[in-house]
Amino acid sequence: MINSITKVPLNYLNHKNGLWSWLTTTDHKRIGLLYLYSITIFFCAAAILGLLMRIEKIAPGQTIMTAQTYNGMFTIHGIIMIFIVVIPGLAAVFGNFFLPIMIGAKDVAFPKLNLFSWYIYIFGALLGLYSQFANGHSPDTGWTFYVPYSAAASSNVVIALTAAFVLGFASILTGLNFIVTIHRMRAPGMTWFRMPLFPWSLYATAWIQLLATPIVGITLLMVIAERTLHIGFFDPALGGDPVLYQHLFWIYSHPAVYVMILPAMGVVTEIFPTFSQKPVFGYVPIVFSSMAIALVGYFVWGHHMFTSGISYESRWFFSFLTFIVAIPSAIKVFNWLSTMYGGSVDLKPPLLYAISFIFLFTIGGFTGLTLGSLATNIQLHNTDFVVAHFHYIIFGGMGFGFFAGIHYWFPKMYGRMYSIKWANIAWGFLFVGFNLLYFPLFVIGIQGMPRRYFDYDPKFQTGEVLSTIGAFILIFGLIGMISNLVYHSRRGPVAPANPWHGVTLEWQIPSPPPHENFDELPVITHDPYLFEHPHTK
Amino acid sequence: MSTTEHSELIDSDTGKLGMWLFLFTELFLFGGLFIVYAVMRSKYAHDFHHAALELNAFVGATNTVVLLVSSMTVAMSLTAIQQKRAGKAMGLLFLTLILAGVFMVNKYFEWGHKIGLHLYPGSDVMKTLPHGEIMFFGLYFMMTGLHALHVIIGGILLTIVIMRIKSGKINSEHYLLQENGALYWHLVDLIWIFLFPLLYLIT
Amino acid sequence: MNNHENHVSSDSANWTVLLILLILTTISILAIKIHLGPFTVALALLLASVKVTIVLTYFMHLKFENVLLRLMVCGVFLLFAVVIAITFIDYYFR
Repeated sequence: MINSITKVPLNYLNHKNGLWSWLTTTDHKRIGLLYLYSITIFFCAAAILGLLMRIEKIAPGQTIMTAQTYNGMFTIHGIIMIFIVVIPGLAAVFGNFFLPIMIGAKDVAFPKLNLFSWYIYIFGALLGLYSQFANGHSPDTGWTFYVPYSAAASSNVVIALTAAFVLGFASILTGLNFIVTIHRMRAPGMTWFRMPLFPWSLYATAWIQLLATPIVGITLLMVIAERTLHIGFFDPALGGDPVLYQHLFWIYSHPAVYVMILPAMGVVTEIFPTFSQKPVFGYVPIVFSSMAIALVGYFVWGHHMFTSGISYESRWFFSFLTFIVAIPSAIKVFNWLSTMYGGSVDLKPPLLYAISFIFLFTIGGFTGLTLGSLATNIQLHNTDFVVAHFHYIIFGGMGFGFFAGIHYWFPKMYGRMYSIKWANIAWGFLFVGFNLLYFPLFVIGIQGMPRRYFDYDPKFQTGEVLSTIGAFILIFGLIGMISNLVYHSRRGPVAPANPWHGVTLEWQIPSPPPHENFDELPVITHDPYLFEHPHTK
Repeated sequence: MSTTEHSELIDSDTGKLGMWLFLFTELFLFGGLFIVYAVMRSKYAHDFHHAALELNAFVGATNTVVLLVSSMTVAMSLTAIQQKRAGKAMGLLFLTLILAGVFMVNKYFEWGHKIGLHLYPGSDVMKTLPHGEIMFFGLYFMMTGLHALHVIIGGILLTIVIMRIKSGKINSEHYLLQENGALYWHLVDLIWIFLFPLLYLIT
Repeated sequence: MNNHENHVSSDSANWTVLLILLILTTISILAIKIHLGPFTVALALLLASVKVTIVLTYFMHLKFENVLLRLMVCGVFLLFAVVIAITFIDYYFR
């Protein structure tokens, strides 16, 4: 099918033209790109905020901003990164784009709801931005909105809370759409255990999005009720309990981190077999470990509250469960490494990022155990050690997983190839910058440097300076990576349908994919990772 | 192959699964309030018992009966449409809406009575009450308020269903929206089944 | 395209379900007269749970839906129960 004017094959990109066709699309692939572009813009904005914070921290005392501004910065940096970038992140971009294709479907179960979800997302994101500039000053409660401060603070907390609520709704609807899609739209012959592992990870993620998000939704409404009606649930003066807020908040926000990481794990689980040209090691354990992480992740939230005054019995319980939930992740690491072992390994950028993912995620994971251990937690809670831990896990994990995914699927999405050389160079800056930015924070955290502090004792300055240098290197890497991709999305050499010799369904259709994905819906007759003719270099 | 748009009509099992999943989110939304209730009730058992005396169990029981009957009428409307009796289906749905209206009127008088007594969150009277009673009333207003909002949403949904039956878009072959509307309505009933004893029957 | 379950609930079946629900409601109201101390909550919740199960099973047609859906509903309630229970590991032992 050729477009008669340009003589280029008809695909989802040239199927219809004009901004309006994009803003009213119900094509899951276009919606995936809408999310990609919105998320990238917000990511860059929040990254710049992060850089500004690092510049402030290069010396003790005020450097380029007041303490109040600093507090506002880490609040909005957190709100954007958590609610607007990382939680929707991989699922909204690559899940939307590739879930239907990988299960042999034409689209998701509810295409119009899919578009509607994106609009809700944009509305929530804009509300979040608005909270920065409306009357009063920008929220300075941290993205965690802890009471009593969030109930009493004079800043635009209600707008920020509403923004988070709206964004949560978008997350719920996407999760709902994906669950139904996976249940109802798999191609004939694709039994559950013939489904590739990225869709499996999206399935586990979607259940968390569906069931955990409403709890934070109602909790945010309760804080709004505190501020506007003095309802008192969290106010000791009226009989309430501020720790109850923390329980409710983390009952969502801990499972939320699994929403962040599970799709990233799914992405690298696709990359390892392709770049080793052999099947995934331990398909079934990976399936069950994904579901186990989703389930057990609901039972560990108290590890964010060890110093808040909760009972000894519950601290014991949460610490124990935290160690348990690490096990399925470890199983996955073992399986990924075993997938590569004995394979025909080709170190292209997707694999480079995927291996970095393992390295960074492992550091994040181990330090999570340090924090999950009751005794050490008392020393480390609310220090920069925590900041380093979650950046390794979230940025090193989900972030690098995202970068791996974009480098993997870029040729499929755009029909063009980026520069491998520049991708590798950008990776170098990213990897070095990342570790230089965050590793020193582990050290000064152990030495006692608190988090969310605008000022610090001069003894921490060496670590802070190293970290700021790392931030600059990281930003160079980001600029390099993004420019490489943006430039080549239009001007890169035309890419073949299957440049990486993958075997899952997305590699069996043209690049870019046609509007309805398949000319004829496939009939599945074998396991997803069958490498009949492995490609060796 | 022509590039046709996706079919407008969604397969009914797919659509129904979607609605059930949405109901799960509603259960967890109210669930957060139930967690607060459980914690506060365990802490202030006596105050809760005392505060609940302010509530009129008769009105609460009436509302319970009203919603239970409305669940039946909405279920019967589905049977009617399946039996090609569109008129009966619309009538039963209309009856459901009337019952919803009765519920809301009761709610209006209940709230009005308490607000008249200055018994609402943040009021001067509220501040003088024992802590547990403040918690009880806060929960009462937030839980019944959120529930009433869902009654309204459900009512709007069922109104749309009536209009679609009238226009023929919903019929004995295609009645997914009516099924989903009914499911949503039953959820509204379900939540009240839990709210009623927890708020009204703890005297 | 429409592949509904073949089961159509009769009007009399729906009336029967309503009757049972009304009886259970009456029992709940009368039961508060009996002083059971801490078990009043348990009894109230138990009766409410029975009513909810009946609404789910008959009015919401779960009895005639596929197993997977029933499993999901059970799972959702179970998960919620576990979350409340874990929360009480804090509050009960404080």
